[in-house]
Amino acid sequence: MSDRIREKLNILADAAKYDVSCSSSGGTRKNDNKGIGDSHSSGICHTYTEDGRCVSLLKILLTNHCIYDCLFCVSRKSNDIKRAAFTVDEVVDLTMNFYRRNYIEGLFLSSGIFKNADFTMERLLLVCKKLRLEQRYNGYIHLKTIPGASEELIKEAGLYADRMSINLEMPTEAGLKLLAPEKSHADVIKPLEFVQQNIVQFAEDKKLIKHVPKFVPAGQSTQMVIGATPESDKDIMYTANAFYKNFSLKRVYYSGYVPISNDSRMPILGTQPPLLRENRLYQTDWLMRFYGFKVQEILNDANPNLDVDIDPKLSWAIRNMQHFPVDINKADYKMILRIPGIGVMSAKKIVQARKFGKLRIDQLKKIGVAYNRAKHFITCADSPYQIKDYQGTQIKAFIMADSQSKYLKTDNNQLILF
Amino acid sequence: MIYLFDGSLTGLLTAVFEWFERKPGRTYLQLTGIFQPDAFTESFEVINNEDKADRVWKGLQKKLKKDWQRTFYCSYLSEIPEAFNHLFQFAIYIFESEIGAAANYGNDHVVALSKYAKSVEREKHRMEAFIRFQKTGDGMFYTSIDPDFNVLPLISNHFKNRYADQQWVIYDLKRKYGLHYDLNTVEEITINFSDGAKSPNPSPALMDEKEELYAVLWKDYFKSANIVARKNTKLHLQHVPKRYWKYLTEKQLA
Ligand code: SF4
Repeated sequence: MSDRIREKLNILADAAKYDVSCSSSGGTRKNDNKGIGDSHSSGICHTYTEDGRCVSLLKILLTNHCIYDCLFCVSRKSNDIKRAAFTVDEVVDLTMNFYRRNYIEGLFLSSGIFKNADFTMERLLLVCKKLRLEQRYNGYIHLKTIPGASEELIKEAGLYADRMSINLEMPTEAGLKLLAPEKSHADVIKPLEFVQQNIVQFAEDKKLIKHVPKFVPAGQSTQMVIGATPESDKDIMYTANAFYKNFSLKRVYYSGYVPISNDSRMPILGTQPPLLRENRLYQTDWLMRFYGFKVQEILNDANPNLDVDIDPKLSWAIRNMQHFPVDINKADYKMILRIPGIGVMSAKKIVQARKFGKLRIDQLKKIGVAYNRAKHFITCADSPYQIKDYQGTQIKAFIMADSQSKYLKTDNNQLILF
Repeated sequence: MIYLFDGSLTGLLTAVFEWFERKPGRTYLQLTGIFQPDAFTESFEVINNEDKADRVWKGLQKKLKKDWQRTFYCSYLSEIPEAFNHLFQFAIYIFESEIGAAANYGNDHVVALSKYAKSVEREKHRMEAFIRFQKTGDGMFYTSIDPDFNVLPLISNHFKNRYADQQWVIYDLKRKYGLHYDLNTVEEITINFSDGAKSPNPSPALMDEKEELYAVLWKDYFKSANIVARKNTKLHLQHVPKRYWKYLTEKQLA
């Protein structure tokens, strides 16, 4: 008994791990029925894998049997691997017992498509219902929307899930067609749109009627695989930008392709996953979402790919030296956010603190500004008088010399955010 | 001038009261135990007084927004001797300034408190994340910890709200007290470990019969979720510093 469940878990966790989303944030569920669980608005990582990724959810497939043959996917029909399927009760039991021990924030349930989309979606829905209704479980549930499933099923699932997601897989339609001819972005857009409309509708109803049930309270997300097909960073981020705008997505994930086959249409086995590139894409994503940058400012026809050696915020700054130096004691918050070496927290502290008097270098350092980086772009109360007007390229050279070991290593795949 | 107090919050707040009563000029607050008397500095022993402490706290509540009240409390829970002095100076600064003075990140005490509080909040968050309960034979979910700071008061509500339908105990081995939730309320408890030494985990004989299975499944899961091609030990260690491994079921050898 225990051997079989161990084997299933190994197979179905292994097959699920290429979906990089592990966020448990955005949930609003409270434990108000004296049941078990609640969600923490900012999410909790309960552990980290040895590759440094957050583990907050039990991320598994219901089954890795699949009728499709997407080339980039380990579960594809033609792949010669061990197959397994959980029963609904097994998933419920694992989730509850992991949750009670504080191993996890919740469940991330996805599945290969067996028989057909509705059959698969029904099983996923059943897991959610059992958890919510029988176990009185209020922990986090991230559910994959199965493309092609009926709207009734998707809508019902939305009543139990906190987040739903459906993956674009490849950043462009052309890329997708190359590796998964049976699929198209339209298959993804339709359910994304449907769920989004319902989220809006439920929110509208809530204004009028008090007891409207929650509907996908943590919103939707999607994932693109990076580096399997030849898109530019511009292609990738313009797609991301459009999906953020059109479907109010909470997150877009960028998953550096980890080679899983020797098919000539993709990077072959043994190729390193493009981790640095992935990191730069996430940085760009953050600049768009939290720093007020338009995607066109960072990526455009003149700059279709992100710099490898420096982060995109610094790149933008040295291409736009006409905006600098910025006076820390006068500039508005939006401009302060754009200074390399200053993050959101420091920017907020600066605008609060300067009301009490002009800020000096030592104060900026204490506030948390990366001064060695920021100094090229700012003036403050005691900035040394600068005679020379440095060019962007010179500043880049100074900064890189200064942070040689930290930023330049090409095997550096940490997510350093400015 | 040096004020001496016993390390309690009441003592700290009383010290602020006494300072305003006497206005002795520049004063440093220190723990009684650490203080080495010398011939040149005058010292004053603060006698704890609930009423005085209460008045100071009420005053701070009027002057500070909720988030700064919490910053103050968290800094206190850090139990760092220098933090006590910063808290003392901060309180004086706040009372002597207009409302809103806590936003002055150019002030040393403001910055110091926000740093202490950040460390304490991080430890709180880590405990909420890294605690692993073990289920005992009588259905109790048990864990013991020895956090860097005194975070039990901060994590109590989180666990109470989340695990409302199971009994649990979280025991701080370093500070020798714990929390017990009995399905209704959380109470402070102390345990006499019979063997005297640290015995953080109940013996396997006392465990629920399925405890071992779920621990094994969790370890399996942890291994399966890893992508070998992305291995990044440095990042891993940054997120889960080694000193926390002892809490983690998935980091124990099979
Ligand atoms: S449909 Fe999904 S599970 Fe099936 S092969 Fe394609 S990506 Fe993999």
